[in-house]
Amino acid sequence: MPKKHRFSVNGDKVEVDADANMPLLWVLRDKLGITGPKYGCGVGLCRACTSHLNGNEIQPCVVPVSECDGQEVTTIEGLADGDELHPVQQAWVDADVGQCGFCQPGQIMAAVALLQRKSKPTDADIDAIENMCRCGTYPRLRAAIKEIAGIPTDPPGNGEPPKGPPEGKPPNGKGPDGRPGKQPQQGGDSSSAEGEQSGDEKSGSLFDGIKSAFG
Amino acid sequence: MAEPEPAAQDKGRGLKRRKFLTFLVAAPTLTVAGRFGFDALTEASAVPSLPSVEEIADLGEVIRLASMPTMHLMVLEVTEDTTVRFELPRLEVGQGISTSIAMVLAEELDARLDDVDVELSDSRPELHFNQITAGSTTMRVLWDPVRRMAADARARLVNAAANQWGLPAEQLTTKDSAVHAPDGRTLSYGELSAAAREESGNGEPKPASEYTVVGTPVARTDARDIVTGKAQYAMDLQIEGALPTVVARPPTIKGTVGSVNDARARSMPGVVAITEIPTGVAVSAETFYDAMRARDALEISWKPGPIDTVSDSDIRKKLKNVAHPLAAPKLRGRHLDATFDFAFVNHAPMEVESAVADVRHDGTAEVWMPSQTAIWAQGAIAKELGLNRDAVSVHVTRAGGSFGRRLFADVGLEAARVSQAIGRPVKLMRTRQDDMKHGRMRPAYHQKIRASYTKGEVLSFEHRVTGVGLDFDHGLGEALTSTLAQTVEGGASQYYFAVSQSMPYHVGVVNHTLQEVQLGIPTGSFRSVFSGTVRAAEEVVMDELAEQMGKDPLEFRREVAKADSGKAVLTKVAEVSGWGKDMPAGHALGVGYHSEYRSHAACVVEINATDPANPRVTKAFIAADVGQVINQKGLEAQLMGATMDGIATVLQAGVHIDNGAVRESSYGDFLWTKQGDSPTQFEVHLIRTDWAPGGAGELALPAAAGAVANAYAKATGTKPRSFPINH
Repeated sequence: MPKKHRFSVNGDKVEVDADANMPLLWVLRDKLGITGPKYGCGVGLCRACTSHLNGNEIQPCVVPVSECDGQEVTTIEGLADGDELHPVQQAWVDADVGQCGFCQPGQIMAAVALLQRKSKPTDADIDAIENMCRCGTYPRLRAAIKEIAGIPTDPPGNGEPPKGPPEGKPPNGKGPDGRPGKQPQQGGDSSSAEGEQSGDEKSGSLFDGIKSAFG
Repeated sequence: MAEPEPAAQDKGRGLKRRKFLTFLVAAPTLTVAGRFGFDALTEASAVPSLPSVEEIADLGEVIRLASMPTMHLMVLEVTEDTTVRFELPRLEVGQGISTSIAMVLAEELDARLDDVDVELSDSRPELHFNQITAGSTTMRVLWDPVRRMAADARARLVNAAANQWGLPAEQLTTKDSAVHAPDGRTLSYGELSAAAREESGNGEPKPASEYTVVGTPVARTDARDIVTGKAQYAMDLQIEGALPTVVARPPTIKGTVGSVNDARARSMPGVVAITEIPTGVAVSAETFYDAMRARDALEISWKPGPIDTVSDSDIRKKLKNVAHPLAAPKLRGRHLDATFDFAFVNHAPMEVESAVADVRHDGTAEVWMPSQTAIWAQGAIAKELGLNRDAVSVHVTRAGGSFGRRLFADVGLEAARVSQAIGRPVKLMRTRQDDMKHGRMRPAYHQKIRASYTKGEVLSFEHRVTGVGLDFDHGLGEALTSTLAQTVEGGASQYYFAVSQSMPYHVGVVNHTLQEVQLGIPTGSFRSVFSGTVRAAEEVVMDELAEQMGKDPLEFRREVAKADSGKAVLTKVAEVSGWGKDMPAGHALGVGYHSEYRSHAACVVEINATDPANPRVTKAFIAADVGQVINQKGLEAQLMGATMDGIATVLQAGVHIDNGAVRESSYGDFLWTKQGDSPTQFEVHLIRTDWAPGGAGELALPAAAGAVANAYAKATGTKPRSFPINH
């Protein structure tokens, strides 16, 4: 039977009429209009809804609202301090972690919880994060977490330093016939691709900017 | 200026497109060897392979040509508050096109990136084929029109300032969304916007040497929305009165409703309406919790679907039975025959298929959904509702992943039907279980390859691809077939095969065909479409050929790669991956290479398969040449994601069919890569070239799939033939 449930969400006191077994996810989304936590599976597997209950990680899709009575719920919407992003959110922006972005509210809340439990997580700790990212941005997720924790990300023996775009890139533009296409601009000679390589760069840019954000 | 000679090795680069499109239209079949069949094959045959259709005019060229007539209808606006607004007639699925387009606009307009606002366009039927998001074509197709549009806008803003100041336009400069005079005076684009409307002016796009935005690493323009939870997907929209709706679906694929007893469900809390639709019984309620509970209380007797007696083994047998026989003669040299099977694969995007629909009594309707083919979706929904197309608006929402899944309007049709029936707006969501058990899938395939070789050279490469029919009955299919003067036998699927499949090596006579079996199983294009299986199988055979010929597999590829860009990415990936180093037992490196979309990618992975049932790719290296890079970060992200897809589809993620039903139900049994399955070291190395942008979103999947399969084979001493390996 519906009854009143009182708890706080992102610092605001809320009161909802809901069946005791109603998962917190649907209370948040359908009764409170808080849509940061996403539905992805409904059974706690994909963890796209990951949020915090009294600072601990939960999957609201499998937590009945009755378990939240009198407790503090934090969703992705409550993580930033006004316009000031939480350091984990900032790290995510700097490392450009998100692709489609759908799983990222859950990924961020899981990472915050992990870093609270363990300030220097190991690769095994990061491997144990179960949150699905179907876009497959796992290397950036791992890099962002390590960066926040101050763990070097460049593996030993891989000494090629990150480079920006190479100097003197060849010009690009429309082809000799006036149409855009795969036509080189220099010398009009496309019979050899020898001259086309103007540099190589390693994808060290994943981590650009994170250092400056976290000192 | 003289036309350059076409590059023999670099496909499509420098070729005269119109001429070859004509050739394509006239081609009666898809094969590359229409005139040069195996009858020409002797041991003295020349090893260089003839160009394939794909090398001459690929999918991207077809889409580009089909899109060109409506490019002038795209909308770029500079508002009085200095916002550069562009309506992008494509779908953002995470591939980063919104950011890349914003970068191109910022570059050519000399606008601040923060001032550029790229929004997804509603469906616009007048754009015809220019609102399809598929085949890694978006940047290839839009790059040039968008930069020209922006250059024109910049010229008009400069002319407006020149008039206002009485100065020659040549003396003025543009920077940070403003025009600057030599004396220090400045007018913002917002201040000039009204006057610029009256100006004319044709701007020339910048030479790449002047780029300060394009080609650099830029974080997504929506990154802040993503990390704060503000990014809105269809189910996050607050559409007044939209009722959460779920559908009770049959136990087997395409089963139908027999009879329904909804007495108990109707009396449950929050329930507003229960509606029978062709795909099941929809429950609309105050919350999704209410809707799901009532759905579970429905008593439905189901009728069987079309394949209720069919399981995986039957499908495999059927594919095997209809497969064309291998035709290449067994020469006095040697030959290598290999047969591969690929399981169905669910796209499984994180955002389940969802749509909001509001079908009103006045005969108009609005639908909000992520659609790769918005115009087609609009027409399909209108037809379903019995309305004129113009009475239906489709608002394109950002997608929580796609991988091909948003090509169809399945869920939009369901939402529209329910809304029309109950006279209320609804937000219809497929549950994850719905998505797994009734969602579209990459078809299962049976593929046979015969390669003949002698004296260290490959003489022929024959590939017979047999698959469950791939459904092209969406806008892309129309675009493909309508560009043909006459219908290619086999329709859009054959056409897509022809314009996407190509052997990137000189391996003598190449002959590949596609044969499809229509089983009534819901299918849909999956990231990299045919190449995800076809090229993966070919990459496995390339390794086995190298072994037979006593060559290093990477060196062998480099020898026979058609394109110099292909040789270059292979060289680079060898260098950065430590190719050739000794590995402990159960560990190995594997290589794969793929060329498509006028781009090239080589991949080397390192695998730990000491437990063959539980292997892990520990490192992955990609070297890629995609021509002009637009957003380095976005490009790396796409190569990264497609690598994870290669790992998943080769090692662990596949769907089983048991008596007409999908066995898997969620991420607990459909084993996509998670963090614990992903490499702890991942590197992208870009080789920068000045070709116009090639496609990049799907490029790495076939290369990675090949690399993973080959690494596994080497680590375990096995010959993988059935994928995913641990199914």
